[in-house]
Amino acid sequence: MSDTPIMRLAKATPPGIGRRVGGLSDRAIAWIFVAPSIALLLAVNIFPLIWTIRLSFTNFRVNRPNRDVEWIGLENYRDILTDSDTWLSTQATAHFLFWTIALQVLIGFTMAYLINKKFRGNDMWTTIIVFPMMLSPAVVGNFWTFLYQPQIGLFNYVVGFLTGADPSSFSMIGDVALAPWAIIIVDTWMWTPFVMLICLAGLRSIPDSIYEAAECDRASKWRQFWTITIPMILPFLMLAVLFRGIENFKMFDLVVQLTGGGPGSTTEVTSINLKREAFERWRTGYASAYAVILFVTVFGLASIYVKALNKVKDR
Amino acid sequence: MSSFSVTEPSARQKYFAGTLVSLYAIITLLPLLWIIATGFKSPSDAIAYPPEVFFEPTLEGYVNLFTTQTRVTAEAAAELGEPQTWYEQIVRDNDMIIVGPSRYGERFFNSVIIGFGSTFLCIVLGTAAAYAFSRFRVPLKDDLMFFILSTRMMPPIAVAIPIFLMFRQLGLNDTHAGMILLYTAVNLSLSVWLIHGFIDEIPIEYEEAALIDGYTRFQAFYKIVLPQAATGIASTAIFCLIFAWNEYAFAVLLTSGTAQTAPPFIPTIIGVGGQDWPAVAAGATIFLVPVMVFTILLRKHLLRGITFGAVRK
Repeated sequence: MSDTPIMRLAKATPPGIGRRVGGLSDRAIAWIFVAPSIALLLAVNIFPLIWTIRLSFTNFRVNRPNRDVEWIGLENYRDILTDSDTWLSTQATAHFLFWTIALQVLIGFTMAYLINKKFRGNDMWTTIIVFPMMLSPAVVGNFWTFLYQPQIGLFNYVVGFLTGADPSSFSMIGDVALAPWAIIIVDTWMWTPFVMLICLAGLRSIPDSIYEAAECDRASKWRQFWTITIPMILPFLMLAVLFRGIENFKMFDLVVQLTGGGPGSTTEVTSINLKREAFERWRTGYASAYAVILFVTVFGLASIYVKALNKVKDR
Repeated sequence: MSSFSVTEPSARQKYFAGTLVSLYAIITLLPLLWIIATGFKSPSDAIAYPPEVFFEPTLEGYVNLFTTQTRVTAEAAAELGEPQTWYEQIVRDNDMIIVGPSRYGERFFNSVIIGFGSTFLCIVLGTAAAYAFSRFRVPLKDDLMFFILSTRMMPPIAVAIPIFLMFRQLGLNDTHAGMILLYTAVNLSLSVWLIHGFIDEIPIEYEEAALIDGYTRFQAFYKIVLPQAATGIASTAIFCLIFAWNEYAFAVLLTSGTAQTAPPFIPTIIGVGGQDWPAVAAGATIFLVPVMVFTILLRKHLLRGITFGAVRK
């Protein structure tokens, strides 16, 4: 801190001026500025986290405050990892994650690639495409139950109109086979613009000169796409996948409103499963252990992924 | 074309791209337009088969949204005399009378208080922290920054249990103050990361010149840095607001009466025999207007905001 030009200057000037230049010491100002934020995060994020970890070793239930809390060690963890419901919801989450990311990357990249052709009015269309992303997922989920209604729903009507199927012959939300796709469609509708925007930023960051050089070397457009565009856009795509992955791993509001985890438990993603345990069955200790397992999974996966991302970036 | 370029797409390519993109845009816009249109339909038009594109617009949905009604017999209604206002007329046509305002107004008002309150707090704390991270050597800076970011990775449901317990102990459950603090903490990561990026872009020489001219650090901060970072801070504020505005999980778990915001409320609007879709759509439409306006204003900052500053355009 002492070798900034200011401080060198402050040292070189007579004490009177030096004090005025320095004011409060930089270290003091830095702490005054950072401390409130850190304090708030410690209070609202870290403290609850530590509390969760502690609860996860007990059989505590919020709705029975008078019952003795017993220390049961790793029992909750063992129960969770051996419970078949856990694996079903993990599977539902994995299915949801895989397809939403695959579809959003595919459509998002295609749209960004087309928008980057710089046709007239591309800015306006981009803004329009982005709208769904700005809505409240809970409200979106709720309204899509209306669009998905057999017969009167717009979605069923349009699908029926295009395929000739009877609109009342299928129910996106009520059917075990279709419900997972119902949430995938809505999430893709809502979040493809996000992937698209990141891809667009990536495409725009590729300097024209690279393509011009390739053109001079008589590289075909196809070849240019695979050897310039794709490698240059890869870090951006991976970033988009990271953000969507984290978000969809925690997915709750959209799904709970759209299908509520049903029918049965076909769309019961981990967050919904967790909510059931914590706020319907009130098994607080068990749910806490579940939450801890989820943290560890997200942090673990995210940090491995970020390492890979940095490798791609440095290449 | 003014100058020939090998990278400039041909006119045919542009036409092709433009057609596909606008087609996609129109398809994605459909559900949104449907929400807005449904808000102006009567309940019977809303559930008509086939779905109606052309209909007689009515404000029934909006009236239902803002009022609580009860069914009365024809004689009882006649005793009350002629309806005084247009909205009473709409309600009376369905053999109902208005008995009071609905809770939507309150919920919307809560959204405003909690949204703006948390955004304000978040920007104040975030700007201070971001300035310190950007201009001073804070010990363990990278670790602290990552710690701040990592708070965003936790599923809300997972932290909701202990927050629920903690708030209950502190008497913060279902209060505006509690929700403001909570949303501030959740958004803080975004505001610190974004504003940090914006302040980093301001050349440090300006401040150094000001310090030499006799400004104190604080003066240099609010007379030099703040005006320069104003646009960035404003767009960060809007991103924080949009998050707090749309948040659902914490709101539904931690609030029930006094401090509940609109997102958990809108899906619970019911009419006669199930959800009152025009009222739901009306509620959603009113609720999305501010966000849509912000989206249009924010187009240029959009990317940076939603990616925590990871992508700069």
